[in-house]
Amino acid sequence: MIGLAPVYALLGGFMLFAAVSNLRRAERGSINNAAFWALLGSITLVADWLPAIVTGAAIVAAAAIAASGRMRGSRTADAATPIAASFSASVTGAGSPFGNRIFIPALLIPAITVTAVLAFKAAERAGNPMATAQHATLLALALACVAATLGACAMTREPAPAPLREGSRLLDAIGWAAILPLLLAMLGTVFAQAGVGEIVAELMRAWIPTDNRLACVLAYALGMALFTMLMGNAFAAFPVITAGIGLPLLVQQHGADAASLAAIGMLSGYCGTLLTPMAANYNLVPAALLELPDRNAVIREQVATALPLLACNIALMYLIPFRTA
Amino acid sequence: MNYWPLLGVAVVIAGFALRLNPMGVVVAAAFATGFGAGIGPLALLELLGEAFAKSRFLAIFVLALPVIGLLERHGLREQAERWVTQLRGATAGRVLIAYHALRQLAAAVGLTSIGGHAQTVRPLLAPMVEGAARRRLAALPEPLRLRLRALCAATDNVALFFGEDIFIAFGAVLLMQAFFAEHGVALAPLEIALWGIPTALCAFAIHGVRLLRLDAEIERALAAAQVPVPAANDGGGDA
Repeated sequence: MIGLAPVYALLGGFMLFAAVSNLRRAERGSINNAAFWALLGSITLVADWLPAIVTGAAIVAAAAIAASGRMRGSRTADAATPIAASFSASVTGAGSPFGNRIFIPALLIPAITVTAVLAFKAAERAGNPMATAQHATLLALALACVAATLGACAMTREPAPAPLREGSRLLDAIGWAAILPLLLAMLGTVFAQAGVGEIVAELMRAWIPTDNRLACVLAYALGMALFTMLMGNAFAAFPVITAGIGLPLLVQQHGADAASLAAIGMLSGYCGTLLTPMAANYNLVPAALLELPDRNAVIREQVATALPLLACNIALMYLIPFRTA
Repeated sequence: MNYWPLLGVAVVIAGFALRLNPMGVVVAAAFATGFGAGIGPLALLELLGEAFAKSRFLAIFVLALPVIGLLERHGLREQAERWVTQLRGATAGRVLIAYHALRQLAAAVGLTSIGGHAQTVRPLLAPMVEGAARRRLAALPEPLRLRLRALCAATDNVALFFGEDIFIAFGAVLLMQAFFAEHGVALAPLEIALWGIPTALCAFAIHGVRLLRLDAEIERALAAAQVPVPAANDGGGDA
């Protein structure tokens, strides 16, 4: 088994490179970026060997740097120019000097990822597992990124530091938003430890007329969506809301078919994922990557899809799991 | 029952509503929840550290930044725009619908890593959609440009979420099966995955209609641009 050590090494190493290149820069605020990436790069590299309390303290320190608002990056309007300018400097119709060949290294990322995932699966079937199913995708993606970078260097005849320099420029443009998904996952752990889910499920059970099937369906679908919005993750909401509402009220009391109820319940949670800043990796990170001035711009575009879809889910949940009843 | 752990939820809602820095809000919420549940600050730091070690992999998308940054410097985005303008009949809405269909189908057969915000949406999809829109409306108004970009990210999310759940080996399907098995209900993964299809079709239909209306909106903006209203100089933007 390979484990995720190579992924952590690449991630931590790249963040430390970003820290060093920020140190060399003389712009205002660079020193804060350097400290931020140095902290996160180091703990990403060595978290397995550090006492957990030290890692925790380093994260709180990094969060304090980000919250101070002194980091240089696309978030502070004045410093947005260099990258934002590169983003809009298109439409001269000039294209790339390499023509359509420029697409090849970019398309190598999905191509190699998919091939490597299939290779890991084949190795597992052959009785020679190299990575667990969850690790396989991550290892494959990391491998694909490295291979595509080397390919791009060869094609453009740029030396090795060039992609790292361009990459750390982009990393600074995204800034702390790159780390937010981790922090939210950590908050999810704390919520789970403190029993927030059980409290929410109990409050909902106390409020709904449990012998009304529609009320229970509404409570389960909306409960999944709302609790997913709080946790930022439907996987975290599913066991809590299903144990609190879905299983006792809909399956045991009203005789719902568990398979279809579970599927539609989980997808109601996904509607919540579209609506919450807590799902930072899907909603806030792309807003930063696309250099949108409003960090909730992606969520705003998703509302008009998520709400009608949630209504569809409620209707499907009222009909499908009770089709034989 | 002790309701104090909900303090953290209140901090999150208030923090996002007041648009404070999310990093600070999240750490404050963690400490508030811990306080409400009787977890001391040192135990909480330890909990945070353990959680970080387990969730570090979530930052993996940054590994795509070096190659994307290098290719962008050599005109990747410009070439994507140029390529799409050579396609006959390409409009912003149609490009997005094609991407949506491709992404959702790929996710449904387990190929979830074929797209992504860092490696596909920013360098390829966004410039293609902008390029297609510019074919109709050369001077794309800034608010519309920003909306198009946000819609690219939204389309990637919708297509991924409501495609991946149909794949039987996907984590969510296995999670549901494991949950019910723990509670004494045996379910077949295939059955769970199949009941994801009705919602997947609804998602494609609802989002697709919105994308078609996007093209109509661009046509309206075009008509408005061709009939300039005198003294209507409101170039202020939407700040």
